[in-house]
Amino acid sequence: MSTLTSQIEFKNFDFYYGKYHALKSINLSLAKRKVTAFIGPSGCGKSTLLRTINRMYDLYPEQKAEGELLLDGQNILGREVDLSVLRAKVGMVFQKPTPFPMSIYDNIAFGVRLHEKLSKAEMDERVEWALRKAALWDEVKDKLYKSGMGLSGGQQQRLCIARGVAVKPEVLLLDEPTSALDPISTMRIEELINELKNEFTIVIVTHNMQQAARISDYTAYMYLGELIEFGETDQIFVKPEKKQTEDYITGRFG
Amino acid sequence: MTISVESCGGASGAAMAPDVSVMGEGVLKAPVQQGSSLRDRGAGGKRRDILDLGFEWLTRSVAFLVLMVLVGIIVSLVVAAWPSIEAFGPKFLVTTEWNPPMERFGAVIPMYGTIVTSLIALLIAVPVSFGIALFLTELAPVWLRRPLGTAIELLAAIPSIVYGMWGLLVFAPFFGEKVQPLLAVTLGKLPVVGKLFQGPAMGIGLLAAGIILAIMIIPFIASVMRDVFAVTPVMVKESAYGLGCTTWEVVWNVVLPHSKAGVVGGVMLGLGRALGETMAVTFIIGNTNFLSSPSLFMPGNSITSALANEFGEASPGLHTAALMELGLLLFVITLAVLMLSKFFLARLARGEGGKS
Repeated sequence: MSTLTSQIEFKNFDFYYGKYHALKSINLSLAKRKVTAFIGPSGCGKSTLLRTINRMYDLYPEQKAEGELLLDGQNILGREVDLSVLRAKVGMVFQKPTPFPMSIYDNIAFGVRLHEKLSKAEMDERVEWALRKAALWDEVKDKLYKSGMGLSGGQQQRLCIARGVAVKPEVLLLDEPTSALDPISTMRIEELINELKNEFTIVIVTHNMQQAARISDYTAYMYLGELIEFGETDQIFVKPEKKQTEDYITGRFG
Repeated sequence: MTISVESCGGASGAAMAPDVSVMGEGVLKAPVQQGSSLRDRGAGGKRRDILDLGFEWLTRSVAFLVLMVLVGIIVSLVVAAWPSIEAFGPKFLVTTEWNPPMERFGAVIPMYGTIVTSLIALLIAVPVSFGIALFLTELAPVWLRRPLGTAIELLAAIPSIVYGMWGLLVFAPFFGEKVQPLLAVTLGKLPVVGKLFQGPAMGIGLLAAGIILAIMIIPFIASVMRDVFAVTPVMVKESAYGLGCTTWEVVWNVVLPHSKAGVVGGVMLGLGRALGETMAVTFIIGNTNFLSSPSLFMPGNSITSALANEFGEASPGLHTAALMELGLLLFVITLAVLMLSKFFLARLARGEGGKS
């Protein structure tokens, strides 16, 4: 593990929804250009933890984080952090596809325009690049100017991934990205994640343990706001150190 | 083991009893009812049939009653307006003169007043309502949302005559003394547009009426906008924030396109109200049938205030008929606005059905 650079580091990290203590003293280091999966029963705080990495919780005044959260060695919890810049570095994809009410092309170009000024030709190139990265180009290249709402669920989710990728982030956060998709679309997204990890650090929240086992390099098991166990996925699934983890993974609980 | 499948497509009940003995064990048998067909429901069914039918007729006649009232109003308006329609024909729509003693009538001035004051009202109310809705859904702290939203809706509960009196006694003097002179030396100096902001600062007039109307329709437009903004899925908004959007960028690029049809519906609702508003406008528009300059400072007349002011003393004959024709015109204008809003609302519904 010493050869891996860590990209994201939680140090004594606590999180509160109002008075409710949702994450308790998390210490965790996520490796660069690897896939890390957060697993655990509903309400254990895995999505909450994911959403701190792009400070999505900032939209809700009653939520607050304490401790340190380092991205490339820099604490991102401070007031002085420019959220727009942070979110350009940390993209996010949600449980359900969330295409914007605009054309496929504009869905991709929208995010890019927020951060960069590109010529028409450069933008065309970027849109194609992002759609190819998301394995969607061949399916949509003839209807780039049609609404993104008209695509199938699986295509819409890949469009959302392309939209995230187009901004050229360092980190991609995936919050149960396949929970609303059929098995075939799920398989395609999983293949895609496997491709994308060559260029991006990927953090994925999933309810599906087989999925975590299939696609992640590292797995974090959480329970009731605490990080119970973290390690290489093979180790966590084959011989977990903690009894609790084993119980969850073998399906005896959760 | 063979399973014979009989097709029982006939209407005769006897043919529907298959010989179950040829079926092997373990094969599920469909229960076959004999003797009672689906059509025979007995006495209780008959009573329910009558009730059903009666209820259907009741609702149908209520619905048609409304339609008949509407048709009746149109017909009686046309009949009452007929002498005027006959006398002036289409020229009624392009004549500026409104001269009861000489019995010469044209609808230009009141129509102009109605449309201009309504447009001024929209021009002011739409951006203000947008700001209110934006603040209430995206920016205001949660504890402030309900009281503020309720306060804005309460504006709609103030009777229009109160708006009229307040407009005439409080707003107009202030407007004439402080605001109009300021407008005259700023906007009034501009080329072209300047013509709209010149002339004597009397307080009352088209502009003042438009502003009062704006205040009156803001609660309607704002609450519709707030409601349609609020139905934009949180996840879609978060996706936009997640790309690095500011609140303004999220609202402008995501929330507004998501809810544009509903927003248009709300604006149309406000416009419909502005077109038909009578009391408040009558108090403050000035009620003159002359229009010597394009300035919005000038007093004018609207269809509804002309009706309110003149109907009592109009002699039966051409004057009354001309007023009736004005009413008919307002009806047509309002109907057009209503149909437009229905059209946009239907588009909203279709848009919602298409996405999931």
